[in-house]
Amino acid sequence: MKKVILKRIVSIPIILFVLSIMIFSLVLFLSPSERVAVFVSSSDAMQNVSLDELIKRYGLDQPFYVQYKNWLQGILTGKLGWSNSAGMPISEALALRIPATIELLLTGQLIVFFGGIFLGTIAAREHNRFSDHFIRISTTIGISLPEFVVSLFLLILFYVRFDLFPPGRLGLAATDVVYSDSFFNYTGLHLFDALLNNRFDVFADALRHLVLPSIAYSLGGLAATVRLMRSSLLENLSKGYVDTARIKGLSDKAVLNKHVRRNAMLPLITFTGMRVPVLLSGSVVVETIFDYPGMGLFIVTAAQGLDFPAIIAASLAVSIIIIISNLAVDVLYTILNPVIRLG
Amino acid sequence: MPGFFKQIVKQPGGFIGLVLVLFWICVAVLAPVLAPPQDSTDPYMIARYGFSTLPKPANETSLLGTTSGGYDIFYGIVWGSRTALITGLITVFFTSIIGVLFGGICAYHGGSIDDIAMRVVDLFMSIPFLIAVIVMTTVLGKGLEKIILALIIFGWHRYARMMRSEVLRVKKMEFVLAARNMGAPPMRIFFQHIIPNSIYPIIILMSINIGRIVLIAASLSFVGVGAEPGFADWGQTLNFSRAWISGIPGQPFYYWYTYTYASIAIITFVLGWTLLGDALRDIYGGEIST
Repeated sequence: MKKVILKRIVSIPIILFVLSIMIFSLVLFLSPSERVAVFVSSSDAMQNVSLDELIKRYGLDQPFYVQYKNWLQGILTGKLGWSNSAGMPISEALALRIPATIELLLTGQLIVFFGGIFLGTIAAREHNRFSDHFIRISTTIGISLPEFVVSLFLLILFYVRFDLFPPGRLGLAATDVVYSDSFFNYTGLHLFDALLNNRFDVFADALRHLVLPSIAYSLGGLAATVRLMRSSLLENLSKGYVDTARIKGLSDKAVLNKHVRRNAMLPLITFTGMRVPVLLSGSVVVETIFDYPGMGLFIVTAAQGLDFPAIIAASLAVSIIIIISNLAVDVLYTILNPVIRLG
Repeated sequence: MPGFFKQIVKQPGGFIGLVLVLFWICVAVLAPVLAPPQDSTDPYMIARYGFSTLPKPANETSLLGTTSGGYDIFYGIVWGSRTALITGLITVFFTSIIGVLFGGICAYHGGSIDDIAMRVVDLFMSIPFLIAVIVMTTVLGKGLEKIILALIIFGWHRYARMMRSEVLRVKKMEFVLAARNMGAPPMRIFFQHIIPNSIYPIIILMSINIGRIVLIAASLSFVGVGAEPGFADWGQTLNFSRAWISGIPGQPFYYWYTYTYASIAIITFVLGWTLLGDALRDIYGGEIST
């Protein structure tokens, strides 16, 4: 088992290397003046210098691999450049935005995973009865419902009409608390930080802001996990070990909960892991609609303002989030799957 | 062929899907009749009645009302169906060809080429589609053709993956071995025997993907990085309504028409292609995960 995990960890630098080259190649599509912006570290550095000077200073007349090396050196030392659309250095902007997106990602994944297990089990247990048909039809519709339509609908209903769940990430009062000196930001994830600081009012406020985006965000994934869990359970129920367990005198409920569900969960873990890129794509739309200040909104504002340094740094950050989550899923899968664990 | 249609229509989902797909194809084809363009040289620009930011409900000039900026909603939806169909069909056409050839040839060849090819496909699988397309269109510039190009660059790997598993299955079959033993050249075996016998799952994927691609393209325009302002596109029509979803005090649904029609258009379009794909999959009977 350790070997499998170790192999994965070793492959990460290689993947990162290839990805960083791919992302840096995007720079070559840009005009020279736009390219200068990728390297400039603050808005002041652009003042009072000629373009030629800047091109020289950042080595933009050098061959590709030298430019790539310079860029990589900057990234590794934390110099990501200046973001015009955010009005601050990119590294600062990312430090604020990445935790926000991860918080949304985690709540979304929780809904996708446990909701999938719960509803999928009902559908499989009630196979070909009313609840099964109902769940199947609603998942087909759920897969076809675009995130932005769902988000708009939720926002109109629960914010405009009932004023229950506001957009944004935190209310005014909670924002004051979070940015005050007495509140210590451990992770940047407000839900965790609030609990660690014993501020349940902040926790409640953060949760209140997360409800709508995480639902809008996870609906498509939930529909897919329900289908997956259902078919996986039905497939496992027809296997020999189920008969063995029944002959031993276990009740239907015990067979389903103790034996079948555990085996049926494995494809679900793989799926939830594969879903991370899809969810991050969804975060673009969902964060825009709910005005939730995460990576998705950051990328959209950067794209609207043609803020290339921000776009390139954000692409790299998103790739790293995905690589880490892929690793986490692989480790989890290895631990849970007896074939790999014992083999 | 009529038997095939009968099989689709026999399933309730397939029937609804086919009706929705045909409906939107008709709307797209009849667009110049349904909504005559104001400027016939540039029919994709949504007809405008004034420049007021305030949406107006339906009246005799605009059938479904106008949205923010005086853009006619009916016009946007009718011509938007053309944008959706064109984006979907062109993207799916090219991505499927690239995917089929890439996945098919690599799998048929086998060995280390196949291994490397699959690493490439894995890499593309882990790139968030929408984010990649946004980044690409930012770099390339605005316009429908650039969106389609970006969609093709990041959309072909699903086909490659599916084609690969199909070719690996088909290439071991007896008729392929027979053709090889009879001395048929590899290219002929590939195009005459392997592709026709592994193409069906690709067709299912194509149908489902048309909906998916249109959704992505609409999301792009919705967040304001897709087509130019005023271009007939459902995502854009919906984007115009965003400032008005809160209605007026006391009447939260006052501007309901600005978002309802465009939402219905997108949902029915995507649902149609998805249901059609599902029906095709049921007819095929095999286990295909898309």
